[in-house]
Amino acid sequence: MTQINVRVDGVSNTDDVEPRTLLVHYLREQLGKVGTVVGCDTSNCGACTVHLDGAAVKSCTVLAVQADGGEVTTIEGIAQEGVLHPVQKAFHEMHGLQCGYCTPGMIMASIDLLKENPNPSETEVREGIEGNLCRCTGYQNIVRAVQQAAGEMAGSAPAAETTGAQS
Amino acid sequence: MTVTEDAADLAPAKEVGKARRRKEDARLITGRTTWTDNMVLPGMLHIAVVRSPVAHAKITNVDVSAAKQAPGIIAVYTGADFAEEQGSIPCAWPVTPDMVNPGHPSIAVEEVNHVGEAVAVIVARSRTAAADALELVDVDYDLLPPVLDMEEAVKGEADLCHDHIESNTAYHFVFDAGEAGTGADTEQAFADADVVVSRRFVNQRLIPAFMEPRSVVVQPQGDNFTMWSATQIPHVLRVMLAMVTGIPEHKLRVIAPDVGGGFGGKLQVNPEEVIALLVARRLGKPVKWTETRSESLMTAHHGRDQIQYIDVAADREGNVKALRVRLLADMGAYLRLITPGVPALGAFMFPAIYKFPAYRFECDGIFTNKVPTDAYRGAGRPEATFAIERIMDELAVELGMDPLELRRRNWIQAQEFPFTTVAGLEYDSGDYDAATQQALELIGYDELRAEQRRRRESNDPVQLGIGFSTFTEMCGLAPSRVLGSLSYGAGGWEAASIRMLPTGKVEVVTGSTPHGQGHETAWSQLVADQLGVPFEDVEVLHGDTAVSPRGMDTYGSRSLVVGGTAVVKAAEKVVAKARKVAAHLLEASEDDLEFADGKFSVRGTPGTSMGIQEIALAVFAAHNYPEDVEPSIDADATFDPVNFSFPHGTHICAMEVDTETGMVKIRKYACVDDVGTIVNPLIVEGQIHGGLAQGIAQALYEEAVYDADGNLTTGTFVDYLVPSAADLPHFDTGNTVHAAPGNPIGAKGVGEAGCIASTPAVVNAALDAVRHLGVSDIRMPLTPERVWRALHEGGDGGARATAGTNAYGGAQTETTAGVSTPQSSLGGDR
Amino acid sequence: MIPAPFAYARPTTVDEALQAIADGGEDVKIMAGGQSLIPVMRLRLAAPETVVDLSKVAELRGVRDDGDAIVIGAMTTHHDVLVDPLIAQHAPLIAEATETVADRQVRARGTFGGALAHADPAGDLPAVALALDAEFVIAGPGGARRTVPAADFFVDYLTTALEEGELLVEIRVPKLAGEWGMHYEKFNRVAQAWSIVAVAAAVRREDGQIAEARIGLTNMGPTPLRARAAEAALAGAAASADAIAAAAQSAAEGTSPSSDLNGQADYRRHLAQVLTRRAVTAAAGL
Repeated sequence: MTQINVRVDGVSNTDDVEPRTLLVHYLREQLGKVGTVVGCDTSNCGACTVHLDGAAVKSCTVLAVQADGGEVTTIEGIAQEGVLHPVQKAFHEMHGLQCGYCTPGMIMASIDLLKENPNPSETEVREGIEGNLCRCTGYQNIVRAVQQAAGEMAGSAPAAETTGAQS
Repeated sequence: MTVTEDAADLAPAKEVGKARRRKEDARLITGRTTWTDNMVLPGMLHIAVVRSPVAHAKITNVDVSAAKQAPGIIAVYTGADFAEEQGSIPCAWPVTPDMVNPGHPSIAVEEVNHVGEAVAVIVARSRTAAADALELVDVDYDLLPPVLDMEEAVKGEADLCHDHIESNTAYHFVFDAGEAGTGADTEQAFADADVVVSRRFVNQRLIPAFMEPRSVVVQPQGDNFTMWSATQIPHVLRVMLAMVTGIPEHKLRVIAPDVGGGFGGKLQVNPEEVIALLVARRLGKPVKWTETRSESLMTAHHGRDQIQYIDVAADREGNVKALRVRLLADMGAYLRLITPGVPALGAFMFPAIYKFPAYRFECDGIFTNKVPTDAYRGAGRPEATFAIERIMDELAVELGMDPLELRRRNWIQAQEFPFTTVAGLEYDSGDYDAATQQALELIGYDELRAEQRRRRESNDPVQLGIGFSTFTEMCGLAPSRVLGSLSYGAGGWEAASIRMLPTGKVEVVTGSTPHGQGHETAWSQLVADQLGVPFEDVEVLHGDTAVSPRGMDTYGSRSLVVGGTAVVKAAEKVVAKARKVAAHLLEASEDDLEFADGKFSVRGTPGTSMGIQEIALAVFAAHNYPEDVEPSIDADATFDPVNFSFPHGTHICAMEVDTETGMVKIRKYACVDDVGTIVNPLIVEGQIHGGLAQGIAQALYEEAVYDADGNLTTGTFVDYLVPSAADLPHFDTGNTVHAAPGNPIGAKGVGEAGCIASTPAVVNAALDAVRHLGVSDIRMPLTPERVWRALHEGGDGGARATAGTNAYGGAQTETTAGVSTPQSSLGGDR
Repeated sequence: MIPAPFAYARPTTVDEALQAIADGGEDVKIMAGGQSLIPVMRLRLAAPETVVDLSKVAELRGVRDDGDAIVIGAMTTHHDVLVDPLIAQHAPLIAEATETVADRQVRARGTFGGALAHADPAGDLPAVALALDAEFVIAGPGGARRTVPAADFFVDYLTTALEEGELLVEIRVPKLAGEWGMHYEKFNRVAQAWSIVAVAAAVRREDGQIAEARIGLTNMGPTPLRARAAEAALAGAAASADAIAAAAQSAAEGTSPSSDLNGQADYRRHLAQVLTRRAVTAAAGL
């Protein structure tokens, strides 16, 4: 067992973990942060995406011991005082989710993308979330959501493309 | 945390038709979900499954002694330990009276029949301890030759998948329109035809690949058991588990909490669900099993996998005369819940939208040493649609006709509905021409054809093709009597209840269990309109057999059509009951009451009215209500449709083919679907998008590949290519609306439409791009290598190499849990 | 899946790392970004006794100018490579290829040195390093350092010149003199996938001619390869479509590609020719 100190969604934690414990299992099983989920075992699906020290990572491909001394933000930590993050809001507005299993990772990856590229084109969004698989939506409404959020975060939210209307 | 609605959303009077944002989202976008694997119970034990690394063998010995001694191990069980109580995984669809079912133990006892089959079960204090003990179980196998190729398997001298049955054929199912009285003699029609086109198509094996891995938790309480499972079918599962294990049905409660996708893949009674229940019973402790992704790809049921021999007859003018279909359908090693029924369901859809005078269908269900197949989005109908839409293009080529002109000449005209097809189905409504016109405009057809000509003339290395799919499907599963006539083991009705709470809030209980479809939102819209109550005042309950005791769950694009109708019927009963109370309280005759916008008012007496939510309180108090009624306005309804519904649409794909490399790329995709009345356009569009993604993925990316030993080569997401956002195009979608006459909502169903329609449009487009270069077929998925081979060597591009992958330093993906491999020393970093 | 148990060391200096490797027993795995190693351990295809995690060895991160070469620390992440101005200036081919590696989350953790030391022939960076004649600086037990040219570094399938107890420290990429153009032409089926085949090309043009071409091939054999015959045919050739196409015909000479799900050997040979033509054409600015 190795002792680690990790700040997760603003809360400091000191825990003993086996070195082989994956960050996602630490989050889910030791901290009860079950909003972050596991979708594969080969680092392909991105469902487990969280932010580690400010960068989006796949928490199934990081050891918990590697987060020692670090700061983790999960899907449970991005709404501030009950106000949804613009990306969360946009996923809802634009119907960017169906079953919702990929959604936490998709949202965390999208936030990371927008930090680097605040005004991505459709192609840039598609490539920016290439590490996250969704089986339900066909991605189109996710792309719309990310672009909608980009607009809102830029403070000049363009009129939302009418959802439900045909494109 | 609240989710706000656009003010504009609140404006229209009717909820149905409104793009309501989903109620479900609030928990899903914040991570406050209840996936089964989130569940932790005091004293809960963890199950891991030891799986066969070989496709076909007799089990000669299972040594669990080392595993039992490992730290944290509570118990280790083999098939022999549960042989007396595990029964067989049920098959609810014996499609023929003489269908052979070899039986399907949850844990193999004497032999294994596919890689990944359970051979032992570890029960441990932690998930980690269970995983560590997997490799300590030592199983001796006496290898048998694997049966992997259907065309070989049906030959006389073939090796047998199951040596206790006579052949590898489970059943031979025939539908002959001539014999059924719905069409002319097929053989005669072929004999008389001017033109016959015959093809062999391979509809490859796919993996549903829902994002949430399967998971099950069982809690014993005395002689009662509660099971949480990531399932589409808690109701069906409860009945089946009772039958399989002998645990009385009333001692079992099954809950499907938040479920992360299904696509038919969670329409199953899983061996692991049986195992979890038996272990919980044996130990009297709560247990959990959650699969890994590689376990899921290897052992959850697969879909499709048909070899299709299809012949079409026509005259020189392009009038179709007859259709003949022979299928080999891969069952895999066992018959699961509706394994044999999937191709049989497709039997009625091959004639599609065309007026064939004669039709014959034959299907052999074949056993192979692979994981069983079963429902996957569309279940039988995508296979049929693919075959017919592909062969219509081949016929057009043979006749020198435009593929759309050929279709138009033969499809059912708008004024001919309802139309009874040669397969005996009565199509309800639609207008194929209108949908096609709209789709052509949406994609910019004339411009694309002009570009195609330019590229051909200049001999551009990148050629352009345009492909069509003018499809219909049968959904809204299903009329119970029809299911009975097809030997299905259950009905197709759906149940709903509405409870009017004292404060006027409304609880809607549905038997149709969602797993991403947005029932909570759509059902709220239906009830808000029916009862005239605010959308926000409606709560939809589902997915727990104790809360929602009757149901048939979600599959076959049935939820709105059947389950939604049950909700509407229940609401009508609530209004009828409330009417009696309102008449009593308003001291008026029932006949003089009008009900609108949630209020009963007395005709001709302005200002005298009572809201249905007020009546709910009055009935709760029960101080004053009519003598001849019970003090309740709650109601139940069960709806059993009399016919299927038949969505249709026209899908058009424009495809670029790089003739130098074989790479294909969708340039544009447009479709116009008629799914009947649209309750929530947002949800409908989302369902179409998702269906398109999966249908396109079948055409271009996905294939479950087994190697010569029966190992699943595509055993991780490294090799089983679920496309990402970067791999799919933008979709241009539209609708025509012809209400379904078979239900009061007018809905036809939308869950499977995109998936059923899109696959042949994509393949037809690729072929249209390279047809002039001598290519007439390319096998799915259209890997660049296959396209290149078809271009340079002829044929359909052939089989892929079945072994080998670049994943993780060439490590084979036959990573059967618990089996160490020679590649264990590999690894490194990227 | 959960990895098998292992002992874990997290050194903070190269010396500590070498000591940890020496102390780690029979089966030590050096973990850089972990983006290939952790999945392999999760699938239990690797079960090392000890994992030496380099993520806190700060001296292994970063890119510096060293006169006639730029020097890339082995632990420089793909993300850092993509935003590094020295790489953009002197070796844009590395950035172009790195951009195609996996996805942004993986690129945030995965490292340049880790990818090279893994030596997966389907990985994108080995062929680039080979094409750029990079040199590999290796630290051994006791801290001794040696430098191995790329041509000698990639020994066999997943095998490099790194000996037991050694550690890849940094990669020296020589600055190229003259007017060079570069292009990485990757061919794969879906965005995340490994290359079926890819071609890294660097071309020096002089007076309308191709003075020199360096071509690295990804996934055309157990190691990354140089397309020497094509390079020879291009040297001194006209910078024209025809001349490049003719030279590219020999791109697959001397290769021994594998056959797998994504392509059989003959198809890979064909792709090497097409992709070499495209890569060289783009690198030559045509």
